Amino acid sequence: MNRIEVENLNVYFDEAHILKDVNIKIPNNTVTSLIGPSGCGKSTFIRTLNRMNDLISGFRKEGSIFLDGNEIYEPSVDVVELRKKVGMVFQKPNPFPKSIFDNVAYGLKVHGINDKDVVEERVEESLKSAALWEEVKDKLDKSAMGLSGGQQQRLCIARTIAIEPEVILMDEPCSALDPISTTKIEDLIHKLKKEYTIVIVTHNMQQATRVSKYTAFFLHGEIVESGRTEKLFMEPEDKRTEDYITGRFG
Amino acid sequence: MNNRLEEYLIEKGLFITAISSIIIILLIITFIFIEGFPAIESYGVLNFVFGSTWAPLKGDFGVLTMIVGTLGITFLALAMAVPLSLLCAIFMAEIAPSSMRRILKPVIETLAGIPSVVYGFFGLIILVPFMREQFGGTGFSMLTASVILTVMILPTIISVTVDSLRSVPYEYKEASLALGSTQWQTIRNVIFPAALPGVITGIILGMGRAIGETLAVIMVAGNVTQFPTSVMDPVRALTSNIALEMGYATGIHYNALFGTAIVLFFMIMILLVAANYLHYKKKVVIGGGYL
Repeated sequence: MNRIEVENLNVYFDEAHILKDVNIKIPNNTVTSLIGPSGCGKSTFIRTLNRMNDLISGFRKEGSIFLDGNEIYEPSVDVVELRKKVGMVFQKPNPFPKSIFDNVAYGLKVHGINDKDVVEERVEESLKSAALWEEVKDKLDKSAMGLSGGQQQRLCIARTIAIEPEVILMDEPCSALDPISTTKIEDLIHKLKKEYTIVIVTHNMQQATRVSKYTAFFLHGEIVESGRTEKLFMEPEDKRTEDYITGRFG
Repeated sequence: MNNRLEEYLIEKGLFITAISSIIIILLIITFIFIEGFPAIESYGVLNFVFGSTWAPLKGDFGVLTMIVGTLGITFLALAMAVPLSLLCAIFMAEIAPSSMRRILKPVIETLAGIPSVVYGFFGLIILVPFMREQFGGTGFSMLTASVILTVMILPTIISVTVDSLRSVPYEYKEASLALGSTQWQTIRNVIFPAALPGVITGIILGMGRAIGETLAVIMVAGNVTQFPTSVMDPVRALTSNIALEMGYATGIHYNALFGTAIVLFFMIMILLVAANYLHYKKKVVIGGGYL
């Protein structure tokens, strides 16, 4: 079953045509990678899925995006509810300048979950799911700003899964991290895909092959090729895909 | 060699300018203390600070009524100005479209540039009669003075708060919205707390201006040296005391006015230290020492 279906998506920022006729289906409980050179539109694409581009002035789109069969840009759709279902992890770890506990509890709080026991339980569960619990359980009241970059990024993942989304969008989540932290995040992605549909933007093609079942290759705002990851990397159909994955450009 | 000489001269030049401004301040403080000390010494420190009778002709120099006046006017003004300016700053920084912000910002900055005598005159002509009609009495009161001061310190607090709200990293806002918070939840729970150290700085600056303001306060506060029993009573501020009597004060009375300045000096020091401590503490608590 497909969690997300995108049909003929065109995105403009003022006059600039950023995404051109994008069509893609993102299946349930799998990891889908988006690869492509810088400026190819993959980040813009991922940010249309939780409507984060709405914040940018001059944003305009044509075409449809369905989440579980419902068009997410319908006027009747509550953006707050949508973002609760479609969580996001950003390129640069961005914990709030609050305690570790408050960072994870934040999403629960804004969604009206105030019962202390429930919050504590969910915070612990989320930190365990994000493979961070053992490292922080004795300093939950300390500022999240004191964690390492890799720990901060796992905290951001914990914060996202605390509100139990259906989809997690990851926008180059490892680009600011060292190799060991990257491995930890990748292990985490493998664990999370059992329960969540994950879409990950990555610069790193090895990472795409390691974590994802499906891959889409973006170039100049278009999807050149998409399909099963091993197929795309072993027997690409398009010359441009082959050039990119063999390192001839990008 | 030439380069090193140039470096040397620039370094020393900067040092001299920096040190000379400090020397000027120290000289002023020393002068105030030298001139004010005789009055405080002869009348007694405790009598001077905690005495409630100010009657220069009879040799009574108790400034407590004026300490109460200054504190009353200042905190009443802050109580009105802080909520008003914070809400205004939040609107300007986070909600107003950029076209509106382009108009609002210079308007509010102009407000800061209006001379205090103009505010005072406005208060005298418009606000005092209004207060008299609404609440009775003379219209010259602690409340009238704090209303004028509120308008005067609004731009200071607003500008500093807007700047600190806008310097909160965009990533925090993005993270909060991506978790499904509404805009208001994001402002209240993430942006405002992160900007709090800057907000406190703005309040400190506003408070400094309120305590030090003389002319506008003289024109509307009534300047009576008695304890106010309500906000509608006239009061005299410490600054007003100096300005009102300096024209004719001689001898110990003259020294007593400088003594008033010393008291004012310590009050400002205490308030600034307290406010800065609060600012520092917030910064550390929020950022865990990393902000």
